[in-house]
Amino acid sequence: MSIRVGKAAAAPAFPIAAHEALQNDQLRRNVRHATNVIRTKRALRVDEMPDWQQLRQAGSDLKQHTLAHLDHYLEQFAANCEKAGGKVHWARDADEANAIAIQLIRDHSANDPHPEVIKVKTMTSDEIQLNPALEAAGITPIETDLADMIVQLGHDEPSHIVVPALHKNRFEIRDIFRKEMNLPDLTETPEDLTAAARRYLRERFLRTRIAVSGANFAIAETGTVCVVESEGNGRMCLTLPDVLITLIGIEKVIPRFADLEVFLQTLPRSATGERMNPYNSLWTGVTPNDGPQHFHVILLDNGRTQLLANELERETLQCIRCGACLNACPVYRETSGLAYGSIYSGPIGAILSPQLQSLDHSRSLPYASTLCGACYEVCPVKINIPEVLVHLRGRIVRGDQKTLSGKLSIENIAMQTAAKIFLSRRRYEAAQRLARIGQSLFERKGQLVNLPGMAGAWTATRDLRPIPAQSFRDWWKERPASSKGAAR
Amino acid sequence: MHYNTGYHAEAIPLVRNFVHTFRDAEAVCVPSASCVAMMREHYELIARNENDALLLQEVQLLLPRIFEFSELLTNHLKVTDVGATFPHTVTYHPSCHSLRMLHISEGPIKLLKQVRGLSLIDLPNKEQCCGFGGTFAVKNADVSMAMLGEKQSCIIETKAEVVTALDNSCLMQIYGGLHRSNSEVRTLHIAEILAAEGARA
Repeated sequence: MSIRVGKAAAAPAFPIAAHEALQNDQLRRNVRHATNVIRTKRALRVDEMPDWQQLRQAGSDLKQHTLAHLDHYLEQFAANCEKAGGKVHWARDADEANAIAIQLIRDHSANDPHPEVIKVKTMTSDEIQLNPALEAAGITPIETDLADMIVQLGHDEPSHIVVPALHKNRFEIRDIFRKEMNLPDLTETPEDLTAAARRYLRERFLRTRIAVSGANFAIAETGTVCVVESEGNGRMCLTLPDVLITLIGIEKVIPRFADLEVFLQTLPRSATGERMNPYNSLWTGVTPNDGPQHFHVILLDNGRTQLLANELERETLQCIRCGACLNACPVYRETSGLAYGSIYSGPIGAILSPQLQSLDHSRSLPYASTLCGACYEVCPVKINIPEVLVHLRGRIVRGDQKTLSGKLSIENIAMQTAAKIFLSRRRYEAAQRLARIGQSLFERKGQLVNLPGMAGAWTATRDLRPIPAQSFRDWWKERPASSKGAAR
Repeated sequence: MHYNTGYHAEAIPLVRNFVHTFRDAEAVCVPSASCVAMMREHYELIARNENDALLLQEVQLLLPRIFEFSELLTNHLKVTDVGATFPHTVTYHPSCHSLRMLHISEGPIKLLKQVRGLSLIDLPNKEQCCGFGGTFAVKNADVSMAMLGEKQSCIIETKAEVVTALDNSCLMQIYGGLHRSNSEVRTLHIAEILAAEGARA
């Protein structure tokens, strides 16, 4: 198996990448502005729903049920999709999926040694790094979702799972377009930028015969695939070409057509603060003389089935990729998605990436959270992200404690010592006395400075009061007996 | 601290110790929302994972008698006026665990509004985390500081003399930032304000 999640293998640990992102003031201003706008819109559209909590619960229940019977629903989807004229391919990992896609593109472009494909709405293709694989095979991928196109033309990385170019403002986008579209006089007005993108994309929509898309939902009951979007560029990709290849993570299947009722209410409100998406495309297999005449589905595992056995880990697969947790997360807000070293960023990325692919870099991700709970509060399918983060931290600590270097790490020794001290009142009080004596070495003008070990990361940037001379318990003991237990 | 950082095995004896220490108490008052959240969210789970039916039973008997400090006053004792006097401007930071895990929102505000002389100023963007997060504050010190920076700006914007909360951990973080940047704003746990009897606390 070669499970791969984007470029995570080469990514630096979160604190290092975050340090770099924090130096970029423009990036931080852009991300703060964009997340503020989306958060405000989302709150407006969620607060107007009297049954929002019931919708969240329904979405969670539906996903839990589907994941508990995933084999059944996947087979049902595949059978119904093929009955309607689609062809279903199963891919265990990134390499298999890429190989299938390349072979399909080759098969359908026999006379063209350097075929182009248009792409839309497929984060999963970033997960498996399809674009570099296509390029290595002499195939040119063209991203047509506006934000994905900006990222591709800017030779950049996506920083958000719904709005991948959220970290760019219109002046930066203008500069990318000027350079890559050869439009030296382009202005930064939204009208001009849109017109330039439209001209650039229309040419490509009209001349390209093969498209690659992702999917928001795959409906088992009917074999239907659903993509929701705001621009209409998706609709172009899904209807104009002769050949459509749709890459779907296996967790995207839902049982019935009617289940869309729940998700088509919660997804747009959570993702972009819209009551519904401007474009909701649904298609079932192939319709003669209408739309693509060859329709292929690649169903991708790439590590997902590893998460099914554990109930808590499985919650991760409930995700409908709305990105609300990113916009709500105070950590994401400071660092942008670029610090997460993975196509999946923010709180959901911090639990998804490390579970799909166990890497050194991904060990830092479960710690990239204060457990403030803002992500869980907004999640439209009620993934208890803080709980999963703590669960993954436990897995990391248990793994580390099996190695000698882990056992001898400063953190482990500190934690073991603290646990022993907290267990006994005698030891706790002795430690307090000892700390009162020891802290005088670090006391300057009533503050503790330059503390050793992990505490040094605190005192480098923050002040800290010394431990007071009298503890609460001592103070309580010394109060006159009459004032204790004087309940009102 | 242990459980949330991933030291789950080390947390189990601490849970047992806590339960054994307080099992005969009529009510347990905890001056930290985060600690209460740990008990309510995880103690039963920990006992179940240990397959310890006795511990689970003890936890279930104890949990209804555990109160966060402001909860004890407003929900259990039905007190909102504690007779305190504190002639200062105060802003209240609703800590994440009090707000999103214990769902405490109105209680502390009612308590503060009854304090003589106290003028309560609303904190902008108050529901955003201060960046403490236990070991997060040192493991991701840069991000923690960036989050603290936003919180500090909001606090200073209120022009309040004092910032208060239900959690000393958040207040330690907020104090650390405010004091390092020579701000005059003081940090006080809500209990310190409610215990104030006059002039300067």
